[in-house]
Amino acid sequence: MRALTGLSQWFDRRGWRDLIIGLPYVWLLVLFLLPFLIVLAMSLATRTPTAPPFGYGGDNPLLNFEGYARLFTDDLYIRSFLTSLMNAGVATLFCLALGYPMALGLTRISAGWRGILLMLVILPFWTSFLLRVYAWMGLMGRNSWFNGLLTDLWNWVTPEAWALGHIPMMQTNFAVVLVMVYTYLPFMILPLYANLERLDRALDEAAMDLGSRPFRVFVDVTLPQSVPGIIAGGLLVFIPAAGELVIPTLVGDAGMPMIGRVISDEFASARDWPMASSVAVVLLILMVGPTILYSRFNARAEGSGPLEAQK
Amino acid sequence: MAADGAGAAPFIQIEGVSKFFGTFPAVRDVSLSIDKGECFALLGASGCGKTTLLRMLAGFEEPTSGSIRIDGQDMTRIPPWERPVHMMFQSYALFPHMSVEKNVGYGLKHEKMTRAQRRDRVAEMLDLVQMSGLGSRKPHQISGGQRQRVALARALARQPKVLLLDEPLAALDKKLREHTQFELMAIQARTGVNFIVVTHDQEEAMTLADRLAVMDKGQVRQVGRPLDVYENPNSRYVAGFLGTVSQFEGRVIRAEGGTVTLSVADFACEISVASPLDTRPGEVLTLALRPEKLRLTRERPEGPNTFPGTVKDLAYFGKDSLYRVILPSGGLISAHAVNARRGAQAPDWDEALWVSFEPGAAILLRD
Repeated sequence: MRALTGLSQWFDRRGWRDLIIGLPYVWLLVLFLLPFLIVLAMSLATRTPTAPPFGYGGDNPLLNFEGYARLFTDDLYIRSFLTSLMNAGVATLFCLALGYPMALGLTRISAGWRGILLMLVILPFWTSFLLRVYAWMGLMGRNSWFNGLLTDLWNWVTPEAWALGHIPMMQTNFAVVLVMVYTYLPFMILPLYANLERLDRALDEAAMDLGSRPFRVFVDVTLPQSVPGIIAGGLLVFIPAAGELVIPTLVGDAGMPMIGRVISDEFASARDWPMASSVAVVLLILMVGPTILYSRFNARAEGSGPLEAQK
Repeated sequence: MAADGAGAAPFIQIEGVSKFFGTFPAVRDVSLSIDKGECFALLGASGCGKTTLLRMLAGFEEPTSGSIRIDGQDMTRIPPWERPVHMMFQSYALFPHMSVEKNVGYGLKHEKMTRAQRRDRVAEMLDLVQMSGLGSRKPHQISGGQRQRVALARALARQPKVLLLDEPLAALDKKLREHTQFELMAIQARTGVNFIVVTHDQEEAMTLADRLAVMDKGQVRQVGRPLDVYENPNSRYVAGFLGTVSQFEGRVIRAEGGTVTLSVADFACEISVASPLDTRPGEVLTLALRPEKLRLTRERPEGPNTFPGTVKDLAYFGKDSLYRVILPSGGLISAHAVNARRGAQAPDWDEALWVSFEPGAAILLRD
């Protein structure tokens, strides 16, 4: 009985706090770090014809770096890494170019419209992601009205020698980028909106008051203060886009695979789990880099954020 | 300061300006003339339209009707970035991502100046507000009072014709307010720039301004020098807003030679008041009494306007005390007494006293 009271006293004193702080760590430990360690271990194993198709010891060395070595010698991996980075980079830039004005617009309209438009930004998530990709496949196909329209436009603006029967959109990196921009646009808009929305409008007025026209105000005041939002949105788009599997598989160029496709193929078709794991580990390291940079930047920006400065 | 419209056109002329937000009239038919070099205050409770009027002067709002002229130029439809008017914002609105120097020099980007001239001007401005040496700090690295100085320097850097100050002292603590108040006045005198101060704080308005306008519900109720508006308010609203008053209703008995005699139900005596008002016998007017104009004595003094009362409440502030005296009728009157002598036996709770005032000390109001 006394032990129980002691326990409940300890719990009242600091239990809830520790529990609440601890839960996310437990979550990360069990669902991220542990699986990652398994993948890391797998990447150092040797491929075997058993099930599961990898093993240690026996004839095999305990640590096998062959997968990592192949990453840098076989140009399939290097090319697919580069394709991934390029596609994800271009998609991120387009998301930024499209999402920034939308996010800025959201902060400048009446509260009623803001609610409706914010809902419209999130609305596509309510239908299946696959369904939306298939819809784009239909639109980009050679016989669709969308392709026809773009083809007519192309033939109208370019010289006759360049005339096309239809624009080859499917199975290109263009298609991959287009669908990724469409899919990931909300991930750019929402953090940017959150950032822009808390900026002090009096600062805009102050800049205007001191002689700056609205565009100048944007460049001098709004843009520099929205850098944290741009970085947050950029990472939220870039990281999943770089590892994207479904979109390049469905609409992409099989001759220029993205890294997600390579991992999937190594796992499923080639049944080379150690190789697939090596690729996955390197991809993760590549992605962790910018994330760390971001949190560094964020920590520094905390001290000079617009809210802080007004206190 | 010269009176309104004496000969030459006033430096700032606001004519019949109204501003509607939807159907809500924020500012209604305001006309004001402000002379060059004047420090003018717009005083009123929150929501009285003073800030809207200031924003129209800055160009952030466009008047629904009426016109604003500054130095002979029609400013009504000129965008804020082309006005020779700068504003010191209530929140200071310093750019958080720029250093103090960059903040102060921001407006100078639009001037045709060499880099050296710009640097000199920034240094000169920082010197004016005693912030030299802190130019490389970021706004979040300096104190609230220092931020205010930077905001002032930034607004003055381009040498505006008019400086608008939105509640300039509201965010400062009491000690700093008094100091800053005098400093603002000194800077105004040194630069000769027209100051227009918006404030809800009557003390701030009275000390800073050469003239002030009391606003209520979008309209200007009274314009004048602080002294004139305080001593001769034209309405119960102005009398009550500027300082404290005790108000009583009185019926006119007779009026002769600038002296009105009233019977006031709350006082057990007839009251004589010197007033320029043209009154008729039988008319009901408001008698407004400022606390500092009343005398409290233990002995019944000679002279008119003397009536008894009992101390109900007293607040001791050190330099003075505020008494709330209950009258035989049950009405309350506030009286101030300066604690001029140490060790003097001041009236205490529940003490019976005589209240008296000079005929010239009271104000008669019709509105």
